[in-house]
Amino acid sequence: MGGWAIAVHGGAGVDPKLPEERQEEARRVLRRCLGVGAVALRAGRPAVDVVEMVVRELETDPVFNSGRGSALTQEGTVEMEASIMDGRGRRCGAVSGLTTVKNPVSLARLVMDRSPHSYLAFHGAEDFAREQGVEVVDNSYFITDENVRMLKLAKEANSIVYDYRVPVPSADTCSSSAGLVGATTDGGMQMNGLPISIYAPETVGCVAVDSGGWCAAATSTGGLMNKMSGRIGDSPLIGSGTYACGACAVSCTGEGEAIIRSTLARDVAALMEYKGLGLQEAVDYALKERLDEGKAGLIAVSRNGEVANGFNTVGMFRGCATEDGFMDVAIW
Amino acid sequence: MGWAIALHGGAGDIPLSLPAERRAPREATLRHCLELGVAALKANRPPLDVVELVVRELENSPCFNAGKGSVLTTNGTVEMEACIMDGNTKKCGAVSGLSTVVNAISLARLVMERTPHIYLAFDGAEAFAREQVKTMGVETAHSSHFITTENVERLKNAKEAKRVQIDYTQPIKGAIPSTKGDSQIGTVGCVAVDGHGILASATSTGGLVNKMVGRIGDTPIIGAGTYANSYCAVSATGKGESIIQATVARDVAALMEYKGLSLKEAAAYVIERTPKGNVGLVAVSANGEVTMPFNTTGMFRACATEDGYSEIGIWPSGINDDLEYPNK
Repeated sequence: MGGWAIAVHGGAGVDPKLPEERQEEARRVLRRCLGVGAVALRAGRPAVDVVEMVVRELETDPVFNSGRGSALTQEGTVEMEASIMDGRGRRCGAVSGLTTVKNPVSLARLVMDRSPHSYLAFHGAEDFAREQGVEVVDNSYFITDENVRMLKLAKEANSIVYDYRVPVPSADTCSSSAGLVGATTDGGMQMNGLPISIYAPETVGCVAVDSGGWCAAATSTGGLMNKMSGRIGDSPLIGSGTYACGACAVSCTGEGEAIIRSTLARDVAALMEYKGLGLQEAVDYALKERLDEGKAGLIAVSRNGEVANGFNTVGMFRGCATEDGFMDVAIW
Repeated sequence: MGWAIALHGGAGDIPLSLPAERRAPREATLRHCLELGVAALKANRPPLDVVELVVRELENSPCFNAGKGSVLTTNGTVEMEACIMDGNTKKCGAVSGLSTVVNAISLARLVMERTPHIYLAFDGAEAFAREQVKTMGVETAHSSHFITTENVERLKNAKEAKRVQIDYTQPIKGAIPSTKGDSQIGTVGCVAVDGHGILASATSTGGLVNKMVGRIGDTPIIGAGTYANSYCAVSATGKGESIIQATVARDVAALMEYKGLSLKEAAAYVIERTPKGNVGLVAVSANGEVTMPFNTTGMFRACATEDGYSEIGIWPSGINDDLEYPNK
């Protein structure tokens, strides 16, 4: 038993030209959230409470773009989603299509604890939020001027690379049958079909193991800029964006469709459980062998108090802390 | 090696006393759908087409809880969901919260093939369906097309018993007996492999009787109710919440891939580990094996392989064996 450990992320796929002051701001928020989690773990709070608490912090802080500042759909609206899983009993809750709930991760927790179901979406999820009396705000609370501008840019960019899964007929991409990142017509860096300068990571997540060795994971997102209304990504899907069991807890971020196809979070756990790999080995293997051409990153903790992360994108906002006093935040 | 196909019409607490007039139409539908799938495989149709074709047919049958015959939410509405996955490319598509689309499985396929996304739900999925009506012939219907009088009664019974029921009605303890002693209807699914080892899986459902509006089950979730890769294709049915937490479909494949188990061993392991009474699945492997395990009382199921084996069943083998018949 290695004591408690915690890791957080604020999304993978970072513009390498991100101004230094924005980087510093992100590091500051990651450090603050890790601190909140560390205090709770030290006080003996169960991992599932800690991941919810930390993801709430990340949702509420406008530096990362889940919750306030969420990505906009084609229609210019916000549709947020989240999930949480407690490795103890593998209980889970998820929500999609939220338009007014301030902290989606806490509604996911309520779905897990207080509904007969694991996953509620759209109107039904909003109704449930009202029944439960969670804090709701007008949809405009989540929409920032910057994101309205980003949506416009995304729409202009997407007039060239609209369907990034259909390989664009050019010499270097027509052989790419998986094609998820095939449409690199300008040779520029892309994420989720958008130029990296427009793309902003929209997902936050936290994984923790408490001093009892129980693991939990939570992930929350505004989704993808310029997504179709109704689009569900990997974040609320148990086994894709989020997973926790007796062995470990995992939260993923990146190109949702690639993460779903590779059931990335469950695969990290399955590699430990069925192939006997260690935590970091499992993370590396899943990223290398499972993602095909997709781009993603993930954080993970094991029941022994190990922490791991990995990504094949340009950067991932991340941080971790362990009981022995180690703390680290990084982007690149 | 060789082609193989398996399909299901839901797993659950199907009483052995299920009256013949309830049993016969379901067996007939299973047989008809199996024949349809076998003919398509023999005609060298791609497995992805075969599973879509078979699930469409199952959706169109009012006997099962998908498409026409979907069970009702607590508000008396239908919210259908479906998922399809191609094992070769791991491309997949899923839909939830459909209220007017006649064949949810075909819309899932269109999400896979004609959008940059994998999964669309509720209003957005309905809007997408409308866009595809003219170009791709997506058929829509008024919600009355989906709602059967049986399911209206089933909802009434469930509400009186104040419970959310799995997608087949269990006998309600100390309450009103369920409709004419049956209502064993369930999620539908199909898995297929062709002679080249190409695999595909598809699942479709109306969900749970008396479910909350907005509830999503295991069916549309890749790795839970539906999964296919180069090792196997899996479609699961039963209590959605248990299937999600056990990532049932992905785990069958992961046990083959990471632990080296055979299809039968992997499927049996997953079923055994999931709480009793909660899950059943059908699966085929790249080299043409089939397995259809369940830990519920029964599962409406059928399968056939290229070497001539065929089976249609409801309860564990050995019970009502007259249902199983050798195919030539």
